This record gives sequence, C-alpha cells and structure tokens, in this order.
Amino acid sequence: MFSEAKRLSKLALGPVLMLLSAAALAAGGEVNQVNMSPGVTEVGRQIYSLHMIIFWICTVIGIGVFGVMFYSIYAHRKSRGHEPATFHESTKVEIAWTVVPFFILIAMAVPATSTLLEIYDNDDADMDIVVTGYQWKWKYEYLNEDGENVSFFSNLRTPQSEIYNSENKGEHYLLEVDEPLVLPADTKVRFLVTANDVIHSWWVPQLAVKKDAIPGFINEAWTRTDVEGVYRGQCAELCGKDHGFMPIVVNVVSQDEYQQWLGEKQAEAAQIKQLMAQTFTMDELMERGKAVYERNCLACHGGAGEGGVGTAIAGSAIATGELSGHLNIGINGVPGTAMQAFGGQLNDVDMAAVITYQRNAFGNNMGDMVQPIDVFNHKKG
Amino acid sequence: MIRLSANPSIDTVIKLVAVAVAMFAFVFVVMVPLYNVLCDALGINGKTSGEAYTAVQARVDESRTVTVQFVATNNEGMPWEFGPSVTAMKVHPGAVNDTVFHARNPLPQAMVAQAVPSVSPARAAEYFHKTECFCFNHQPLDGDSAAEMPLQFIVDQDLPRDIRTITLSYTIFDVTDMAGGPVAVR
Amino acid sequence: MGDHHHGPAKGISRWLFTTNHKDIGTMYLWFSFAMFILGGFFAMVIRAELFQPGMQLVEPAFFNQMTTLHGLVMVFGAIMPSFVGLANWMIPMMIGAPDMALPRMNNWSFWILPPTFLLLASTLFMEGGAPAFGWTFYAPLSTTYAPPSVTFFIFSVHVLGLSSIMGSINIIATVMNMRAPGMTYMKMPLFVWTWLITAFLLVAVMPVLAGAVTMMLMDIHFGTSFFSAAGGGDPVLFQHVFWFFGHPEVYIIILPAFGVVSQIIPAFSRKPLFGYDSMVYATASIAFLSFIVWAHHMYTVGMPVAGELFFMYATMLIAVPTGVKVFNWISTMWRGAMTFETPMLFSLGFLVLFTIGGFTGLMLSIAPSDFQYHDSYFVVAHFHYVMVAGAVFSMTAAVYYWLPKWCGRMYNETMGKTHFWISFVGFNLTFFPQHFVGLAGMPRRIPDYALQFADFNMMSSIGAFIYGASQILFLYNVIATIVAGKPTSEEKVWDGAEGLEWTVPTPAPYHTFETPPKIDPAHAHS
Repeated sequence: MFSEAKRLSKLALGPVLMLLSAAALAAGGEVNQVNMSPGVTEVGRQIYSLHMIIFWICTVIGIGVFGVMFYSIYAHRKSRGHEPATFHESTKVEIAWTVVPFFILIAMAVPATSTLLEIYDNDDADMDIVVTGYQWKWKYEYLNEDGENVSFFSNLRTPQSEIYNSENKGEHYLLEVDEPLVLPADTKVRFLVTANDVIHSWWVPQLAVKKDAIPGFINEAWTRTDVEGVYRGQCAELCGKDHGFMPIVVNVVSQDEYQQWLGEKQAEAAQIKQLMAQTFTMDELMERGKAVYERNCLACHGGAGEGGVGTAIAGSAIATGELSGHLNIGINGVPGTAMQAFGGQLNDVDMAAVITYQRNAFGNNMGDMVQPIDVFNHKKG
Repeated sequence: MIRLSANPSIDTVIKLVAVAVAMFAFVFVVMVPLYNVLCDALGINGKTSGEAYTAVQARVDESRTVTVQFVATNNEGMPWEFGPSVTAMKVHPGAVNDTVFHARNPLPQAMVAQAVPSVSPARAAEYFHKTECFCFNHQPLDGDSAAEMPLQFIVDQDLPRDIRTITLSYTIFDVTDMAGGPVAVR
Repeated sequence: MGDHHHGPAKGISRWLFTTNHKDIGTMYLWFSFAMFILGGFFAMVIRAELFQPGMQLVEPAFFNQMTTLHGLVMVFGAIMPSFVGLANWMIPMMIGAPDMALPRMNNWSFWILPPTFLLLASTLFMEGGAPAFGWTFYAPLSTTYAPPSVTFFIFSVHVLGLSSIMGSINIIATVMNMRAPGMTYMKMPLFVWTWLITAFLLVAVMPVLAGAVTMMLMDIHFGTSFFSAAGGGDPVLFQHVFWFFGHPEVYIIILPAFGVVSQIIPAFSRKPLFGYDSMVYATASIAFLSFIVWAHHMYTVGMPVAGELFFMYATMLIAVPTGVKVFNWISTMWRGAMTFETPMLFSLGFLVLFTIGGFTGLMLSIAPSDFQYHDSYFVVAHFHYVMVAGAVFSMTAAVYYWLPKWCGRMYNETMGKTHFWISFVGFNLTFFPQHFVGLAGMPRRIPDYALQFADFNMMSSIGAFIYGASQILFLYNVIATIVAGKPTSEEKVWDGAEGLEWTVPTPAPYHTFETPPKIDPAHAHS
C-alpha cells in the first residue's frame, strides 16, 4: 500500500532512488523503474541491447559536445577578458562532422535491421490467438484447428472504489483483469490483432510486443518466452474515454498447466451450456447480475445506474418497460450509438442475470426475472 | 521563370497559391489512389484484391500443403451471428477450394452487411486469390433469417515456400445505412 | 526620420485595420502569448489530475478533451503564430524592406485567428464536449466515434490552415521581392533563411492537412468511406495523410527557432556565426528530409518490413544536418567573448535541451526499439524537449533579445535571469522523469496510472506547476518593461549584435527603411 508519507519521503529521495533502481532493472515493472526492461523474450533482449547501445553512443557524443560547450562557457567569457576570435568557417572540420556521424549511423543501422527482421518473422507459430480490441476491453480467441475456439473477454478488475479513492489501491491497481490471457512457455505464439470499433494497440512491455489493432484489418505479432510469470501491459493507442482502463495481463505457464487451463476453459464452456438449462432464483440472478454489470455496463451507465456516456438505467423507460424490448437492446445493441451488441459478448446466463439486475436495482423495482432460456428464446426469435 | 504579373509580389502570390491548390488536390488525386494501389500491390494491412480472380490454368502443387485459417469478427453494433463453417483447411497451392461462412440476422428488420477481408501474413495477400467471395458485394439478409455465404479461393503456387499458414480474416460491418449510396466495395 | 509621416491611427481601429508589419507582429505575439497561457492552463489541469494515482479532479472523458485541446492550442495557437509574429516584426527590418509585401493580406491572416480559437474553445461547452481524440485525431475515433463538435473542429483547422498559408505566402513574397539592393540571398540573416524555408514547407503541407480534415468531413456528413473499412476505405490511410503533413509540421515549428538561436548566440559570443553556408544547407536538407520520414510515427501500424526499413534509414539521416547545426553553434561560441544576458541563457538552455531531445529522437528513429517507445511517455518527454525547450525557449530568448528594440526600454535583467533559471529547473523536473515512466511502460494520454509510476508523476506535476508559474514572471517582466522599463535609445542595444535591425533608431519607428539601406558589399551576412 502507498501511504502518503511514504511517497513524499520517496520523493525527497528521488535522485538517490533513481540510481538505486537503475541497479534493479532486470526485474522489470518495478516501482520507480527508470529504464526499459529487457523483458523475458529473445526479441525483448535484442531491443533492450539496441536501446542501450544507442543510449551509450548518444551519451558519449553528448559528453563530448557538452564538454566542449561548457569549457567554452567557462574559458571564453568576456568577464575573464577573453578577446573574441574572428574565424567563422573551416571546410575540413565541417566535412568531418558531416561524414563521421554518417558512419556512426550506419553502425547503428546494422543491428537495428537484424532485430527488425526478427520481429517480422511471424512464420511457424505453434499456436494462434486472435486479439480483438473493444472500447474498452480485450477479447482473446484461441484458434483451434480441430474443435471449437476458446474465446473470452478480459476486463479491468480494479473496482471503481479504488479508482475514485474511496478504498486503498491494490498492488496491481489498473493492471489487473478478470480473465488473463494464458500462454504456454516455450511456445511460439502468433497474435492476430484486430479491433471491433476504433484503433487500439496491444502492448506488453515484458513480451516486447506492441501492435496496433485496426478495425477491419488484421495485424500480426509474435512472442515466445521460457520464463513463466505474469506480465502486464496496457492499450497504447488513444481509443476514447476509458483508454487508460483496458489493461492486458498475460499469464505464462508451463505446457502442462496450459493444457489443464485449456481443458478447464472448455469444460467451463460446457458448463455454461448446462447452466443455460437451469432456472435461477432472484437472489442468484441479482448477485451474478451485479458482477456482470460492474464489468460490462458501469463504465457507461454509472455505478448507480445514473448514466454517463450511456443513458441512465435508473428509472429508464427500457429497464422499467416491456421485457422483450430490454432484452433486445442488451443482445443487439443500438446501431449507430455506443451501445454495443452484448449478445455475442455475454453468455445467456450472464445476460439473463444482468437484465434482471438492471430491472431490480437502482430503485427500479420491476420484480420480474429473466432466465437463460428466455435469452436463448429471444435470440432464436 | 515565367512572370505572371508585372508586380513581382503578385507574381509570387499567384505561383504559391497554385502550389497550395495543387497540394490540396495532390491528397485526393495522388495520395489516396496511390495508397490503394500500393496496398493491393504490397498487401499493406493484408488487403486483397476486391475483384474476382480469373483462374489461369495451373498445375496443382501437391508437394506441399498450406493451412488456411478462417477468422471472423463482428464490427461494433453488428448483431449478426457470423462465422466460418470450418476453422481451418489444408490446401495445395494451385487447387481450387470451396468453403462457406454462416450468417444469421437475429433482428426483425432486414439488414445489409459488408464483409471486409484481410490476410495475414500481409505478404501472402498477393498470393491469395478469391475466385468467388461474398465480400465482393453487399450482403442483404431479411429479418430473422440465415444464409450460407460461399467463398472459393486459390492459393497461388508461387506462394513463398516459407509461408505455411495463411489467415483469412473477415470483419463484418453493418452498412444498412450506406447501402443505397455509391460506395466503392473491395 | 519618420516625422513627416503619419503615425499609427488612434484607438481600436489602429489594430483592426492596421497594415503595418510591426502592429501586426505585435498582435500576433500577444495573441500567441494568450494562447500559450490557455494551452498552459489545459496542461495544468492534466498535470493536476496526474499528480496522484486515482481520479481526483476531472473525468476521463474531460481529461481527453484537455490533452486534445492542449496539443491543438499549443501547436496552432501558441508556437506557430508566435513565430509568425516574430517574422512580421523582424523580417522587413532584417532585409531592409519598408513593410511586408502584402500588408492587407497580413491583416486578414491575423484577424481570422482569434475568432477561430474562440470557436475551438467554445466546443468545450457543446453537447458531447470538445474534441477528445488527441491532437493527431486518428480516424475512426475522430470520425465515426467523434462528438458532434468535430465539425467545428474541422472548420477551425481549415481556417487555421488558411491563415498559415496566407502568412507564409506573405513571408515568401517579402523575402523574394523586398530585399534591399545588395542584400543577396546568402547575405540574409539566418532567421530570414529559416523562415523562408519554413514558409515553403507550410505552403506545401497545410493543404494536405486541409485535405485530411476535408476527407473526415465527407466521411462524417456525406457518406464517403475514405477512412472506414466498411465502405472500402482504410483508417491507416488517415495516419499516412496526417503525418505527411505532421512531420514537416514539426520542422515548421523548430526551424524558425534555429533561426532565432543563430542570431542570438553570435551576438553574445561577439563572434560571427560559424558555418553560415552549411547552416543554410543543413536547414534545407532537414526540410527536404521531412517529406520522406512521416511513417516513423507509425512503426507499429503493421507496415511491410521494407517500408519500416526505408523510413528508419531516412529518419536516422536527419541526425546528420541536425548535428551540423549543433556543432556550428558550439563553434560559434568557441573562443568568443561570451556574456550571459537572459537571451543568451535561453539560447544556451535551448542548445542543451534541444540536443537531448535530438538524442531521444535518434533513439525513437530505430524501428525495433520504437516498438517499446511508441505511444509511451518516452515520446511525450521527447517532443516536449523539442517543442518546449526547443521552440518555446528560443521564442522567449527572441522576446528578451528584441524587446528593447521594439519598445525602447530595457527589461529587468535580474528578473529575466530568474525567469530563465526557474523555467529551466521547472522544465526539466517536468519532462525528465517522463523518460523514465515511458521506458518503464506508461502509455501516453491516460488519465490514471499504475502505482509504480506515482513518484515520477508527482515530480512531473510539481515541475509543471513551477514552469507554469514562471511564465507569470515573464508576463510581468514584459509588461513592466513596456510601461516603465529603463529607457534606452542606443541603436545597438547589444554590443555584439549584428544586422540591419540594429541600425534603425531605438525604439524602432513606426516606419523603417522607406529608403532602402546601403549594404556594404564586403560585409558578410549578419
């Protein structure tokens, strides 16, 4: 936890900390980290060393240039009685400082080119994941050549209470999601990156992947790491209101754990299918619905259903009107507005729960319940 | 230099205004078309040709197999159920392949959709030929009805040998509002 | 001289209808300073919200409006008009011309600016709020997903472009046709040279920006699909068109700053500018290169690898002419007899900080590394080193340098130096830590951030408040000088200054060089 006093004392120690944390670079994502992290991939390490090479070249040139300048400021000042010289050109010197930098640049371009070619080598991936940017969440779809694709959305998990300072902020404030992307270690993973609405950019610094997600088009990137761990990133391209609130969490696990996770995911999908046949009580629906609401609806419709980007839910004609109209908007959205079609994003159980919740919370008191089968039937028409 | 006015300042103004107007026109008559040409030629964004490919007599290269994956994305506000009938196909370069995508319009009213294709890796785009594709045209669907949308394609036998997997992605857009207008479709 | 001439008209009509280059220059300068304060106010809102993690003062949607308007107002309202104002004041006096070539157009190009910015600022109070898609306004966020005020934004950009084009045409026409006899091109002061090249850049690329916003307008209101994939367009096309304008735009901002510094450093080194010819050629090559590097802003957009390589190599090349300039300035200082009045301090501040910005620019040009830098705070730090420490510092230096000539009074040197040191410390405290958070993974344009970035962000905010406050000192110093500064009537206010502007009386009379000055053919450029 970050107490005020602790942070202020750290602030005073700023310069010292800068040096200290420079030593702790390798860990990455650290508090007060001052440099790029080499991350956990071969490409990341190459980028990092490229970054450092150029940083040191710049530093050396900088020391030379500023050294001469400050010496001149010290020695050639009028107050020391220095008489001005009158020279104002020297062809030899001028040619030298045009040509020499040119060769330094060539020396930089060689490793840069080879790293770039490595980044672009997307071939022979062991698995493919479609990453789709949404306002304001990510969807991951594991392509499966001989079965159903596993697919899910990954939403910000940090509660509004932390964002609006009514509760202490957790360790991974703004960098935590409800469902992380899970990858097996030691596997070349190809990401097919696209977007559903505006341009987003999928960035995980530790994996050295950043790729723009462009609606209508597909981009590719890849990664491979043998270091298991949790890696966090964020959307890097301004995508509207909640651009700062759509983090990425990647969980790299062993092959075995990955297979187990995948199995669970598939079982979960099967379980949802079973749940869809079940009938829920009001309390069950309300509890589930509240969680679904906070993940999916709150950003636009407000924590108390008061509205914002979206219309108010509290007392709205839709949430207190005919059930089929409410279901229709939830499932199909309102074309041409920010209200998305959630029919493809939420399973029928969650859809039933959230519609029930909206009709019975925020002072709405319809008393009616929606069961998954109702959603299913509505979708079927 | 040609003088356009006796007053040298006016002469300069006329020439510079001409440059400014030319640069404005440059955006529309050079940059946009040039970009589209370059996209088709280089497969920028994995764009493929918007016109049907006329198959040439070609030998099927049975010595290698290329995996073609299909990916479908609904753009925002598009409620259709839309997806490939198979997630991947193994094909030989040069062979003609058929598959279908399923689409269902769950809304009561009729809608018009446009599917936009994109191929990855981008450098495979110029070797991926569609001889028949639902993406060439607007796809209307009556309310509450479903359709199968056919796709016929050939992977060029000149496809670089190091490309073993091609992903064909379709993003489906709701174009009901613009369907009446003169819209260039690719 | 000048007694038999009519002076300025009285009252408000003097300013409304003036065609005098000095009046118009003054209006440009005051207007841009007002915009600098407005854009600075937006920046203070941004830094106040980012002072701590969590949302405190504003909502995310409003935060995005602030970042957008801050960028637009600073680029189009503060920096560009300030240099146009300086060009208006100084170019005729530097080349021995009685006025600008097209005085009436000069008046129009200024007077369309204030209403336009009023319109742009008024979008804050419109339904749906002001534009919130960043000053780069990428489609489709700025088209399909834009607030209704986008139409007013597009109109504003059109008018700003028109104003810039008119201003540039005027400058080109003046420099090409109004030079005093004997003032050959290679004798022109470097400030005139850099502005001439800048003006050509403006005439070439402002219409491209106009084209980009016109396409947006057509997509939004007339059903075309330039930037929408659904109708056969492509959102990436927008980025290509925008940066084809945007990269030259960056040099439009910095080249006149080069010119200013190239006047001031020789004056306070008491030694002619080193490598005048190579300065001119370097400026021209930077301008040329600016047309073939635009896609280095788009390395992560998914270009073919050949494209990435081309833009990377071309971008790296810019380091060569830029290096030449820095080396030349330092050689000018070398073995001079330097003094460190406020204009010199700001120029030296420029030199050091701009060079740092140049280094980070070189790092950013490396495409593979850019995959980690792109759209992070590292980029924010980089371009503020170039825009603020580059353009704004040199503009401040210019005001201190020429203010005594403009109003015949000396500014308070102690206050000026204090202003410099507070600015210098505040600036670095603001932007240096942003390199760190950027490298550590903080994306730009976010209203709230993870806890590990907290300390550096707090430092950054404190620095921003200091830098912001120091501008009040500047404003006070300038007003105090105009009202009650120590009068001076020396023609050459600075003993080391060279150039025709220092041969006219102080304060500069309303009309200068109505008879062209004699230029000593043996005398080199100033």
